[in-house]
Amino acid sequence: MTTNSLTTSQGAGRAGDKVFSGATLAAGCLILLVLFGVALFLVIQAIPALVAPPADIQGGHGFFAYIGPIVVGTLIAAVIALVIATPVAIGVALFISHYAPRKLASGLGYVVDLLAAIPSVVYGAWGAAFLAPQISPAYNWLASTMGWLPIFQGPASATGKTILTASIVLSVMVLPIITSLSREIFLQTPKLHEEAALALGATRWEMIKMAVLPFGRPGIVSAVMLGLGRALGETMAVALVLSSGVLTASLIQSGNQTIAAEIALNFPEASGLKVSTLIAAGLVLFVITLGVNMIARWIITRHKEFSGAN
Amino acid sequence: MSKRIDVKDLNVYYGSFLAVEGVNISIEAKSVTAFIGPSGCGKSTFLRTLNRMHEVLPGARVEGEVLLDGDNLYGAGVDPVTVRSQVGMVFQRPNPFPTMSIRDNVLAGVKLNNKRITKGAADALVEKSLRAANLWNEVKDRLEKPGSGLSGGQQQRLCIARAIAVEPQVILMDEPCSALDPISTLAVEDLINELKDEYTVVIVTHNMQQAARVSDKTAFFNIAGTGKPGKLIEFADTTTIFNNPSQKATEDYVSGRFG
Repeated sequence: MTTNSLTTSQGAGRAGDKVFSGATLAAGCLILLVLFGVALFLVIQAIPALVAPPADIQGGHGFFAYIGPIVVGTLIAAVIALVIATPVAIGVALFISHYAPRKLASGLGYVVDLLAAIPSVVYGAWGAAFLAPQISPAYNWLASTMGWLPIFQGPASATGKTILTASIVLSVMVLPIITSLSREIFLQTPKLHEEAALALGATRWEMIKMAVLPFGRPGIVSAVMLGLGRALGETMAVALVLSSGVLTASLIQSGNQTIAAEIALNFPEASGLKVSTLIAAGLVLFVITLGVNMIARWIITRHKEFSGAN
Repeated sequence: MSKRIDVKDLNVYYGSFLAVEGVNISIEAKSVTAFIGPSGCGKSTFLRTLNRMHEVLPGARVEGEVLLDGDNLYGAGVDPVTVRSQVGMVFQRPNPFPTMSIRDNVLAGVKLNNKRITKGAADALVEKSLRAANLWNEVKDRLEKPGSGLSGGQQQRLCIARAIAVEPQVILMDEPCSALDPISTLAVEDLINELKDEYTVVIVTHNMQQAARVSDKTAFFNIAGTGKPGKLIEFADTTTIFNNPSQKATEDYVSGRFG
């Protein structure tokens, strides 16, 4: 009988390997546990609100009648914020990565990153105290010239504290997230592909359309979705800027509410079933963000074959 | 559909660093010219000045004249975009656009500058270009698949098809076979031989047998030492360069007694 000499382990060095793999496994499991724990907490705490008789819920028509309008308000605010922020962010990112002289680019990139460091309560205060009064004449103008559109129906809010103002503040807040991520992606465009486009006689813009944007597309989608996540969940800025109320189609009147701001404004004084109702609202927000992320992943994988990763 | 190139007293800089000094060379239309020389001697740098791709790098600039049938590429008011649509380029590593299908890759240059092309004309052009690049039979059934799914040699021929689809006057090739296996290399070399019937071809290569096989004329570049500018040492018929060079440095290099 001979023993296989290859089976005898050297011992030294293996222990570190085991500790490291154990640590990474623990970290990975911890994330899942936390996520699962939060989801479980939300579901358990929300159940009373979901099964309670409709008359007991705030508004008196049941949970879904209560949550529906603020879900719509949340989505309106987030979508408007992204519609404003995405083109600006991609433009700024492209300017930094492909147009600006190197010195200006690094300075500008730094300033954009600073925007992300400003606390949201400061944005809220800025939106409520400065932007809202400044912008209300524009709302009056919108109401008088395009008032026939339901979204610009007058009379415009005199204070300017509307969902549109909140969306504009949100767009400024998500701008740095989308900009920095897109910029990093654009900088990673292979030189090879940029030069291939230029050598065919592409102008700079055509080169960007041909090589940079297609390469960065999955990254842009992820960046926008991260921005959307922030816009959906942003609480303080909306709570300060928006003078909330019932769901209204007009973006320039006071009214509407978002889930996060609704929870923040009502939670301190809530008790009993009201707490359950607010936590159920939180569960809905959780499900929406989860759904958004899954859609984003689906969009990214849809074109995997052409992604450049192969 | 091909033009000659005359270069007069060309100095090429990276910032303040003089990379290539005092090049004078005349490249005939419808011929294959090979640039050979040791690494770092500036042959690729010089090649990139022939379609103004050199200046894509920050701080890069040139002094002197490059004449394409008498028109100076570096004249006042000349748009590099126009230059590059007349002088195409194939790179060291195959670089088809990964986000485009094979068909779209071939048409990439044609659709630039807002040019419109009917579907029939596009189909014909795709077939013509891929046939000219000896790739048609291999890809005709999968034109809508991504170009990055091809083998390295096929990708490089796809890049050549993409370059000739815009019908340039000159095609520059920067070590086009250095990332390819011998069989793919042979396919590209055969293709170069066919291309010279219609195009002026300039090829940079590290492979002296390749230069001897494909080129009509050969230019030998050399560098005196690190930090010194590269220079054109000798330019003559390929047979002369390899059998009877007039410069000692050329003879040492082509016979392998380099350094």
